[in-house]
Amino acid sequence: MREVPLHAIAHSRAGDKGNRLNMSLIPYDPAHYELIAAQVTEARVLDLFRHRGATGCTRYDLPNLHAFNFVVDEVLEGGVNGSLNLDGHGKTHSFRLLELTIRLPA
Amino acid sequence: MNTFHLGNGAGFSGDRVDAPIPVLRSLIARGGPAAMFFETLGERTVALAHLEKRANPTRGYEPMLERLLDPILVDAHAHRIPLLGNWGAANPPAAALAVARLALAKGLPDLRIGLVEGDEVTPAVAGGQLPVHEADAGLDMGAWSLIAANAYIGAEPLVEALAQGADVVVAGRTSDPALAIAPLAHHFGWRFDDWERLALGAATGHLLECGSQVTGGVFWDPGFKDIPDPANIGFPIAEVTEAGGLVITKPEGTGGIVDLRTVKEQLLYELHDPAHYITPDVVLDITQCRLEQVGRDRVAVHGLRGAPRPDTLKVTASFEGSWLGEGEVSVAGPNALARARATADVLLRRMKLRGLDVRARVDLIGVASVHDDDGGSLWRGYVGPEPQDIRIRLAVEARTRDDADQASREVLALLCCGTAGTGGARWRVTPRILTRSHLVLRERVPTRVTTRTAKEIAA
Repeated sequence: MREVPLHAIAHSRAGDKGNRLNMSLIPYDPAHYELIAAQVTEARVLDLFRHRGATGCTRYDLPNLHAFNFVVDEVLEGGVNGSLNLDGHGKTHSFRLLELTIRLPA
Repeated sequence: MNTFHLGNGAGFSGDRVDAPIPVLRSLIARGGPAAMFFETLGERTVALAHLEKRANPTRGYEPMLERLLDPILVDAHAHRIPLLGNWGAANPPAAALAVARLALAKGLPDLRIGLVEGDEVTPAVAGGQLPVHEADAGLDMGAWSLIAANAYIGAEPLVEALAQGADVVVAGRTSDPALAIAPLAHHFGWRFDDWERLALGAATGHLLECGSQVTGGVFWDPGFKDIPDPANIGFPIAEVTEAGGLVITKPEGTGGIVDLRTVKEQLLYELHDPAHYITPDVVLDITQCRLEQVGRDRVAVHGLRGAPRPDTLKVTASFEGSWLGEGEVSVAGPNALARARATADVLLRRMKLRGLDVRARVDLIGVASVHDDDGGSLWRGYVGPEPQDIRIRLAVEARTRDDADQASREVLALLCCGTAGTGGARWRVTPRILTRSHLVLRERVPTRVTTRTAKEIAA
């Protein structure tokens, strides 16, 4: 087993709707789809955004596309409406998700 | 095979203004039936346009409208390639007049301009007649004054304009996918209860509506996801067939890339439940979607499904909100992190000492900022290599302009009162715009479509 950041095996894009954030997570190699499904859980992703008051995370699995869609609630500190953050839309968060680590078979 | 070519010329207000030129050139070279659409209207863009219209009744439309159209209008007209956009923003009639004047200056007095009106529903929101969308249920706007409210209208009035022979369609708050559905529905004669075909159109619109985002924009991650010629990304073109085929591609000789990775990223962009992507014309389901690379910079999209459209339209209401004050200074070199942290704490203490009625946040740019929270837990807890160049940013929200101004000027005062080696102060105060989503029954939003020549409009 070796542990690597998701950034080594997957890519992501983030978008917003109000105070809700969505992030795709797409492995470069479809063979990594099941590893991500097993290890990148809603709870782990929610933990990444707890410091910002996120209240929930839903993962939608898209096996035909070998991709996942994560939706995180109440994470944008008011969104573009109320946020004091430079990135009120949360577009930079795809790369916070990619900091999460994943264990690969040796 | 009957194939329609649909190009995108802008993905937001502020996009590269030279992007439409190679798209139009490619559409002309292809020779078949074609159209181009321009998506230039965000939630805040429309609010800002309403404020601009209040100040000057001849403005309040897309500021880059003439600049976008100037290099393409003559050729698009000569090749019968209609141009559609929500570039009317808060003032579609003023935008139509601007297009008419441009057309006359280009020697095109007979260019036909289709004007789509009726999306504004400000009185209904002001009168409290429209329910608040569940996503915004807790949002109380009691303290703020309404700027305007607009409903996201669907493709049908845009089809009407094309049926009236419009060369340029000027609309306000359309949904983004409607701008793609309309030329397809007009060309192929789609019915507005053919959910499978409308789903194809909605997916085409969704993939193209952000311009370069499907051809290599916000995709490049050097060393991991590289793209050719990122200073010259080609904007997207969709090839749609009568049988329901869809291929995403881009103009020859441009930069960027169209592959499975770019299309997947854009397919899931701003999407929540992949089984229910709601548009005014159809509910799109991408759960059975499959992608196939069918050539260089060519990706085929299969397996799109549609369900009946909702009875209601989404409305965005915008309000004049509080004031945002921002100020920044820099520190660099030895012990920069300690000086930056000390500066942050002093700024927050000054807000209290001055009795300023603000909500405040400090970022240490170069340590932690955009991923941080208002309390700064990431920069406060940072351990790691010593950053050598840090920008300290104060941001405040205040009820009055004066409080926001006084708070941000505290950053300026650090040029004399701050830690050793503090420099590079900048500060500014901007009004905030708040938005809230409502729902409206679609029959309460009647649209009007009038198509006239440039000569008639400018007369």
